[in-house]
Amino acid sequence: MRLARHVATGGSEATLAPRRHLRLPGGRLALRASAAMAAALAAIPLIYLVVRVAQAERTEVVEALWSPRIATLMVNTVGLVLAVSAACLVLGVAIAWLLVRTDLPGRRIWLVVSSLSLAVPSYVAAFGWIATTEVRGFWGAFIVLTLCNVPLVTLPTIAALRLANAASEDVARTLGRTRWRAFFEATWPQIRPAALAGVLLVALYVLSDFGSVALMRYPAFTWAIQVAYESLFDRTLAAVMSLVLAAMGIVLVVAERRLRGARARVGSTVAARTAPVPVALGRWAWVAHGGLAVVAALSLGVPLGALAKYLVLRTETSTAVRPGDLLADAVSTVGLAGAGAVVALALALPIGILAARFRSRLATVTESASYLGLALPGIVVGLSLVFFSLNVAPMLYQSIWMLAFAYGVLFLPKTVGAVRSSIGQVEPGLEDAARTMGLSPARVWARVTARIAWPGIGAGVLLVALTAMKELPATLLLRPTGTETLATSLWRLTSGTAYAAAAPYALVLILVAAVPALLLTREVAGGRRRPEETL
Amino acid sequence: MSELQVRKIVAGYDSVPVLRGVSFIVPHGSLTAVLGPSGSGKSTLLRVIAGLNRPIEGAVVVDGTVLSGPRVYVAPERRRIGLVPQDAALFPHLDVLANVGFGLPRARRRAQEVLDLLEMVGMADYATRMPGELSGGQRHRVALARALATEPDVVLLDEPFSALDAALRAEVRGQVRQVLRRAQTTAVLVTHDQDEALSMADQVVVVDEGRLVQAGTPAEIYAKPVSRWLAQFVGGALVLPGIWEDGAVVGPLGAVHATLADGHMAQAGDTVDLVLRPEQLSLRAAGAGPGRAGEGVRALIRDVAYFGHDAVVTMDLPACEEPVQARVLGDQRWQPDSEVVVGVRSVGLAFAR
Repeated sequence: MRLARHVATGGSEATLAPRRHLRLPGGRLALRASAAMAAALAAIPLIYLVVRVAQAERTEVVEALWSPRIATLMVNTVGLVLAVSAACLVLGVAIAWLLVRTDLPGRRIWLVVSSLSLAVPSYVAAFGWIATTEVRGFWGAFIVLTLCNVPLVTLPTIAALRLANAASEDVARTLGRTRWRAFFEATWPQIRPAALAGVLLVALYVLSDFGSVALMRYPAFTWAIQVAYESLFDRTLAAVMSLVLAAMGIVLVVAERRLRGARARVGSTVAARTAPVPVALGRWAWVAHGGLAVVAALSLGVPLGALAKYLVLRTETSTAVRPGDLLADAVSTVGLAGAGAVVALALALPIGILAARFRSRLATVTESASYLGLALPGIVVGLSLVFFSLNVAPMLYQSIWMLAFAYGVLFLPKTVGAVRSSIGQVEPGLEDAARTMGLSPARVWARVTARIAWPGIGAGVLLVALTAMKELPATLLLRPTGTETLATSLWRLTSGTAYAAAAPYALVLILVAAVPALLLTREVAGGRRRPEETL
Repeated sequence: MSELQVRKIVAGYDSVPVLRGVSFIVPHGSLTAVLGPSGSGKSTLLRVIAGLNRPIEGAVVVDGTVLSGPRVYVAPERRRIGLVPQDAALFPHLDVLANVGFGLPRARRRAQEVLDLLEMVGMADYATRMPGELSGGQRHRVALARALATEPDVVLLDEPFSALDAALRAEVRGQVRQVLRRAQTTAVLVTHDQDEALSMADQVVVVDEGRLVQAGTPAEIYAKPVSRWLAQFVGGALVLPGIWEDGAVVGPLGAVHATLADGHMAQAGDTVDLVLRPEQLSLRAAGAGPGRAGEGVRALIRDVAYFGHDAVVTMDLPACEEPVQARVLGDQRWQPDSEVVVGVRSVGLAFAR
């Protein structure tokens, strides 16, 4: 291949050889340059946050950092993250085991039901609990976040369990292990990387969750940042808190990437060839049904119950929302999310192509930069871009462009993933074959690679747009004055205890979130997609 | 001494029996092959012996101790019965040494005895490798060492060679047989491959549709199958109709000396089935003149499959609709479309209809 290129580019074109086009070095250079540019843009929120903190008075920063308030917030946030992560680990692995390794009747239906909580955005679930129960504070946030995030552990664990060799558990039993120890010594090591990667993702979502902790009035970092930002005096404090939160997010993302690398290395080299004999539950099947039903009732029943209650009430009270408002909010939501998805695609294309086709340091660096969108909580990206637009680009302050850019950064990892996997599915052999038929590299891209990859990329961008419609914290900070989205209206109405008015918003948001949840659950459980793609 | 007794086992999943009353005895230090088509219940049988499946009826007894039986159920971890699963199922997160030492107390896991075991299965140089780095045959040898490490009373092997390619299979079979002999371990091997059963086992137990068909030495199973089905399942056989004439069957091949199979009765003049192995047929080039009576029957060669050491000749017999196959030594060449005279070299087996 390489030799052929040298021949083709080195001398005059041989008349006998098939016509070859000179490789355009400009094409790859442009790709590299635009990937580097996209990565730099994606890094703006983090960089500007650092700049903003560095510009502040040194004493103010130190004071903010060592204030008891930060210590309390730290304890609160870390405590919530640990509690939810532990609960999701136990629940997620138990549910995955029930659904893969036992003879529980109706396992397929339970799989769908137990993944449906992905269709309830956490702040919508919080609305449901607030509107119908007295639960608030730590326990409120703990319950809501655990129930919403369990599938992030369940689904990848199911995928790993299906690949894990069940016979090794049988062998462990014949070698003197009890049922429990056989599971922990033979099966758990095989599913641990998947389960822990899921848990780290849960930790990341809890860390960056704003809506439910704020609605539950649990003083975690995200809510405190918003409060500090609104009070105007405490902007340096807000910046310092954001930086601390960003650092924690980055640590979690790095850990998750490491685990994923480890999983790829161990792999399923000793995959099972025979279907394992399912564990007979016998009478325990009823206990299992009961447990799964309780989880489903709490995660789906409570929000849907609140919806039913207040949608019926709506017609009888005067505080009802006007359909016109809902429609206007829906229109602006769709417009903003669409713009955000387009920005995300523009940033993701060069990074994704580079990552799929050219293994180089630049590809690694730019792809890592794109993961900042996962590491940085929405509130942090929002706050940093407020500072950035105020100080660097005042004409963009509170413009829809700044908000679209925030969406672009926040949803960049998903979009890069879609671009990368879609292009990765195009076999390089196809491109080589097209080249031998006399097509130039550019035309190969246009007629082969792009043609095959675009449906996947398009679907990915649509899912990103749907996901962006649910975004709350960055939208709260960056939206133009007077503009509301579905999420901000739900937030405003729920904060003002206008539950009946909030209910229609909650319903629409659940419908929006249900699409990726329903579409992708099967793929994640089959190990073909990553769990974060469903949220 | 470790003698395994399987007594009238009825077992299955969700109380639908897969096994319907299977009994046999495996003497100490011997290897018994459980042979049967897929779905016959042989893997379930292994799970019952290992204690991974609790039988509905019947008993599993080792050296007079009941492990499974009415009101008795010893958990698999207390049975001292080792298992080598179909796909080896090494623990993917542990290296070879740790895999073999898995069943030993912590202090002994890295001791010399583990290395000795690896030496015995010829894997001593691979102690620090991960399972993913081993070939299929190597994985099975490690799995065998792992099962033997705890010095179990009985070792169970579940289709241990089906994942290997043909060339490797013969080699690994021999190695495993040798290791089991040296360790003097009582072993049960489950397989659907009759070559494997006949070549490795001291005793072959044939199971079909959850029932025991026949138990005996490989030679008995091959030479004296109790049914037509078994004759055809083990080793391939031609079945020809004929008339029983005390000590011979008269049919398409003329009069052939035969004995009645165990449990079969026939009167002179009854219609019976004559079962012959392909290697019992002999071929002779047909001379110009007509053959003398009693010398054999003329047949037309349709096809010759040549294997080097031997060859399978497919022929059309005049009085027979189905083609007939003979296995002959490879040093004689036969041409398709030529005529041969077919004779029978040894005594056939007759089954009453």
